[in-house]
Amino acid sequence: MGLMVFMDAFIQQLLNGLMSGSLYALVALGYTMVYGILRIINFAHGDVLMIGALIGLSVIRLLQAAWPELPAVLVLLLATLIAMACCALLAVLIERVAYRRLRHAPRLAPLISGIGVSLLLQTAAMLVWTRNPQMFPQLLPLEPIEVLTGASGHGAVTNATALTTIGIALAVMLALLVLVERSRFGRAMRAVAENPQVASLMGINPNRIIVLTFAIGGALAALAGIMMASNYGSAHFYMGFLPGIKAFTAAVLGGIGNLKGAMLGGLLLGLIEALGTGYLGTATGGVFGSNYQDVFAFIVLIAVLVFRPSGILGERLASRA
Amino acid sequence: MTLTTALATPSSTRAHFGLLLFTLALILAPWVVGHAGGNTWVRTLDFALLYIMLALGLNIVVGYAGLLDMGFIAFYAVGAYLAALLSSPHLLAQFPALAAALPEGLHTSIWLILPLAALLAAGCGLVLGAPTLRLRGDYLAIVTLGFGEIIRILLRNLDRPVNLTNGPKGIAQVDPVHLLGINLGRSQELFGLRLPSVYLYYYLFAALVLLILFACIRLQRSRIGRAWMAIREDEDAAQAMGLDTRRLKLLAFAIGAAFGGVSGALFASFQGFVSPESFTLNESIAVLAMVVLGGMGHIPGVILGCVLLAALPEALRASMGPLQQALFGQVLLDPEIIRQLFYGLALILAMLYRPAGLWPAPAGGAR
Repeated sequence: MGLMVFMDAFIQQLLNGLMSGSLYALVALGYTMVYGILRIINFAHGDVLMIGALIGLSVIRLLQAAWPELPAVLVLLLATLIAMACCALLAVLIERVAYRRLRHAPRLAPLISGIGVSLLLQTAAMLVWTRNPQMFPQLLPLEPIEVLTGASGHGAVTNATALTTIGIALAVMLALLVLVERSRFGRAMRAVAENPQVASLMGINPNRIIVLTFAIGGALAALAGIMMASNYGSAHFYMGFLPGIKAFTAAVLGGIGNLKGAMLGGLLLGLIEALGTGYLGTATGGVFGSNYQDVFAFIVLIAVLVFRPSGILGERLASRA
Repeated sequence: MTLTTALATPSSTRAHFGLLLFTLALILAPWVVGHAGGNTWVRTLDFALLYIMLALGLNIVVGYAGLLDMGFIAFYAVGAYLAALLSSPHLLAQFPALAAALPEGLHTSIWLILPLAALLAAGCGLVLGAPTLRLRGDYLAIVTLGFGEIIRILLRNLDRPVNLTNGPKGIAQVDPVHLLGINLGRSQELFGLRLPSVYLYYYLFAALVLLILFACIRLQRSRIGRAWMAIREDEDAAQAMGLDTRRLKLLAFAIGAAFGGVSGALFASFQGFVSPESFTLNESIAVLAMVVLGGMGHIPGVILGCVLLAALPEALRASMGPLQQALFGQVLLDPEIIRQLFYGLALILAMLYRPAGLWPAPAGGAR
């Protein structure tokens, strides 16, 4: 009996971990692609996620007010597409304003201007959407879906939002992988990451590739933002910070600059966090519970950077894009 | 212009002249500001002085040694919580045995708290620095950010199993500073002048700022300071010249942290209350913005950055509120939003147009 309960908790935490992990992976892709090409940490990436969620929220409100008879799934889909487009533009704008002039500056300069952009985006969000958390409508069916429930009544519970999140995230990641490994654009992108000068001699315009990379990263962040807001039922101006840091951790964990690494790192971090928090709470009788959830990500980050800065799938940083 | 060159030239007599001018301005400032705007403005000055201490500490780490520390506020937090624990009823309420041993309560003197805060913060700096200093610049920034957040999460949650920090509620009833038998928490008659509490604290803070300033100037010209700058410019070359870069970087972390700890202890006594929300990432970024805007590695620049970024938002808060009220009939822009807007713009514009800051170190000379 005890084992059954243990297994139930395990499956439940596994599902939770997969859900948050697939979101971290989506955001981590943005960090890793930009780092691969420009070798900068785009500190404002988490806030692009936040802006995406809030734009999605506004679009949903508008659509629901204008056409109340529109099916909920269609509303969510439209809102997601519009938010992704806006955030792609926003990411391109950030690159143009805050990073392009600093491409050959010392390493810390783009990081510091990125911190400035992050503050500005939060300020803008406070102005437009106020400082209070906004309710995010749950547009997918909320009925609990039971997983692996046998006759004994054991198993875990999830819902359509969480399952859709995992499904879409995995599908998008696969598509991106195909794009980067098979398409002409993907080859150009890898060439620029390898060596921008030589790539431009081969007729590739590095600036165009960089702009497209930022746009893809921004769109993925918006997608993750909306999925996050749908799962937690709220959105606010500070919601981008922690996912941003955790996704960066995921990118480093998998090996920064490496797309598969970012996906692996994201899923792994989600699982570590969910299982770690779940069992730490049980092991200490609730003294160290979910309050410490965020500490896990930071400890993983510090441990990876100290002991294996190249990450799981990364090669030596100096030679690797 | 003559003033600028006088303050910026490395020659030691001119630097001392600059220090003298600064001291004079420091002594007169509260009277000018207090006359114009009252005690709330002197209070703003008090906070500006605390920020100057913090920024001078961060300047050693970022400006001299070139290590971007984004969790600097953690050292401020360590100092503040140490002061709060040692001079408030909180600890005695948690441990009755201790309360029985100290019937008059725990009122540790500021003379003991300040060195302890400096030592403890320096220790934390060493612990934080030891495993991380091998990392490259931008990774180090993210790791220190992680450490800063871990400290804040610990402060929030260490009310269980033993109530050390009182969790999100924070610790209240921290004793005001008592100096030579004078309680700085109340107005006092001194030399026939009636000085409100904010003035008394102002002069205590000003004295410490001068002390830290003096230490910074001496450090900058010492063998250690020049070694730090060599590391900042080219770590490999510095190592090739025989510098023990690891120890020097650790030393920068520890000294910077010690200044942060002292500043934090003063903050706790001044405020009478500490809670985890005073030590967020945004505060770390605020101090960083002051250093970056003024001029990394250049002391007069750093002070200018503090004065601008600590005072301007307050000035706007005071003037914009009534202005908006008059123009639109309501306050549209929250002062907190204006403050954040300033810090964000300062960071971006400084990096794009003045990477060496508004008042940069003179090129070529010792900064």
